[in-house]
Amino acid sequence: MTLQDSATGMTVNGIRLEVVEKGRGRPLLFLHPGIGLDPGAPVIDKLAEQVRVIAPSHPGFGGSEQPKTFTTVDDLAYFYLDLLDELDLKDVVLVGVSFGGWIAAEIAVKSTARLSHVVLANAVGIKVGARDMRDIADIFAITEPELNKLAYFDPKPAERDYKAMAEADVRVIARNREASARYGWSPYMHDPKLKSRLHRIRIPTQFLWGAADRILSEDYGRAYCAAIPGARFETIARAGHYPHVEAPEAFARAIFAFMQGQAK
Amino acid sequence: MRVYHFSEHPYPNAWDDPHGYLRVDLPNRALDPKIAADLFHRYHDEYLLADELGLDLMLNEHHQTATCMNATSIVSLSIMARQSKRARILILGYPIGHRSDPMRAAEELAMIDVISRGRLEMGFVKGVPYEFAPSNANPVGVMDRFWESHDFIIKAMTTHDGPFNWEGEHFHYRQVNLWPRPWQQPHPPVWSTTASKSNARVLGERGYVIAVLGSGYNTRMLYDSYREGYASTHNGALPGPDRFAYLALFATAHNETEARRRGELVAGYLRTGANVYPPFKSPPGYFSVDDTARLLRGFTPERSFTKDRRVVDMRTASVQDLIDSVLMVCGTPDQCYQQITDFIEYTGGLGNLLIMAQAGFLSHADTVDSLTLMAKEILPRLKEYKQPAAAAIAAA
Repeated sequence: MTLQDSATGMTVNGIRLEVVEKGRGRPLLFLHPGIGLDPGAPVIDKLAEQVRVIAPSHPGFGGSEQPKTFTTVDDLAYFYLDLLDELDLKDVVLVGVSFGGWIAAEIAVKSTARLSHVVLANAVGIKVGARDMRDIADIFAITEPELNKLAYFDPKPAERDYKAMAEADVRVIARNREASARYGWSPYMHDPKLKSRLHRIRIPTQFLWGAADRILSEDYGRAYCAAIPGARFETIARAGHYPHVEAPEAFARAIFAFMQGQAK
Repeated sequence: MRVYHFSEHPYPNAWDDPHGYLRVDLPNRALDPKIAADLFHRYHDEYLLADELGLDLMLNEHHQTATCMNATSIVSLSIMARQSKRARILILGYPIGHRSDPMRAAEELAMIDVISRGRLEMGFVKGVPYEFAPSNANPVGVMDRFWESHDFIIKAMTTHDGPFNWEGEHFHYRQVNLWPRPWQQPHPPVWSTTASKSNARVLGERGYVIAVLGSGYNTRMLYDSYREGYASTHNGALPGPDRFAYLALFATAHNETEARRRGELVAGYLRTGANVYPPFKSPPGYFSVDDTARLLRGFTPERSFTKDRRVVDMRTASVQDLIDSVLMVCGTPDQCYQQITDFIEYTGGLGNLLIMAQAGFLSHADTVDSLTLMAKEILPRLKEYKQPAAAAIAAA
């Protein structure tokens, strides 16, 4: 691996990756949700006050390369295990939101050797309910305004005027949507095997849950939490499916408190 | 010159449902099975009449929609394979981009080819955007899956010396050994549809029949891309008119006023066909990132052109605009003949005209009359009509 430019990218296993890196100290690998990563997101700065944030765009998302052979979240999980090896990171705080939480869980059931803590925020990835009921709202079957109403405590700031946006930014949105479907179309946003493997996560694990989320229910989050031994569950007020966007300070504070409470 | 009769087997009785959308999520309580049975029988009667009249037959399938009750084209193809006497039977298309089991597809198509004694024309399509929800096939990578499915079906149909195994990217089979094998050798003719120059070229390279719809006087560029691809794999030779197909709505009658009245009814297909809840129209990955970005930014590609380069919106166009853009052939038999041959001259050669002669609320009596006039007064002249010469195409 060559770390070519910490602000824009690196190459792992020959795959060109867009990465935001900020701060010093303990490494925190931040795995973004399906809407992608805003490099200027306040949550990066908040987290970087106390840790070294490494926030890649997943292969296929943002400006990161899409390898043709990558079709499952398993592929992404093994890829990130390789990234941790190649950067030789230790005691990593692994944080994932929504789709990123799914990747984080798939990483942690495979190996926690380089991890100290896992934080899953409004994570998808498992099936808990009846077979003729969706646990996870079908984001591909509703309009964007409807989706935003389900996703956000306050949908207003999420409104976008595509005509006024730069074409490159709209391409990234299209790319993120395509990549979300590539990995999560069917089985829809979950791996049927994952739930029965979650017991393998034996390091401190914290669920953070934007309480206004209507893509996922809190019951879903609590069932997810209950499948990981000793995992704790905490809600974040005035935030929905993306608490790192709507409540970046509370999000960062909860992570720091978790790290301190469990660090020793 | 062949003319194929086509109906989507619509259920127009539900077209004014207050629910609003006709595809994917229209609750099926809006369908009365007794009315559906009557409609199926009636449409099949019209197909069998077309067979008797000397026309060929085109069938298709769509899913979860009041615009097309043929949820699996194989059922209607099977009925036609047994009951029709002479017509070519074209499936256009079989949506192998979202069909999960190409082995089953190969078996079905081979049976139909045998039962019809070699009358199957085998059109493959990837499937329309709004059917990736009902099929649950991933819209991402659909063309890869389409071609693997195609490759498998052709190999299954052309392997005659015992089983083979298939371990592909998308499909896995063991002991593949197709019984019955198809009547036509090496396999039934392959067709596909496209609206893109790059796909048109690929179809040309393979020498398959290219079918186009909706492009009107913008069709030539697709056909020319096909010709380039064809020439590149055929020692520079140009494809004959039998490699080209074009689909138009169709209505004729003894006088123009009556033809236009029928045209209005047939146009109901275009005016309802796009009535789909927006999220199903552009599933993720179905269109390229660049095309998706353009759609998000509000640019819809210009598709249907008139001879004088006006762009027509097929969903709202008048019958006159539909005629001008060859989305519809409509008028007296003389007028229809003129519209068709004008268009063939423009395309540089077109051997297969696919006519949607029944659509929407067009009645059985009107459909029978329209088909009869086509067969007796237009088709004989089209068969005598001399297609543009290959040299003229090369010079164009």
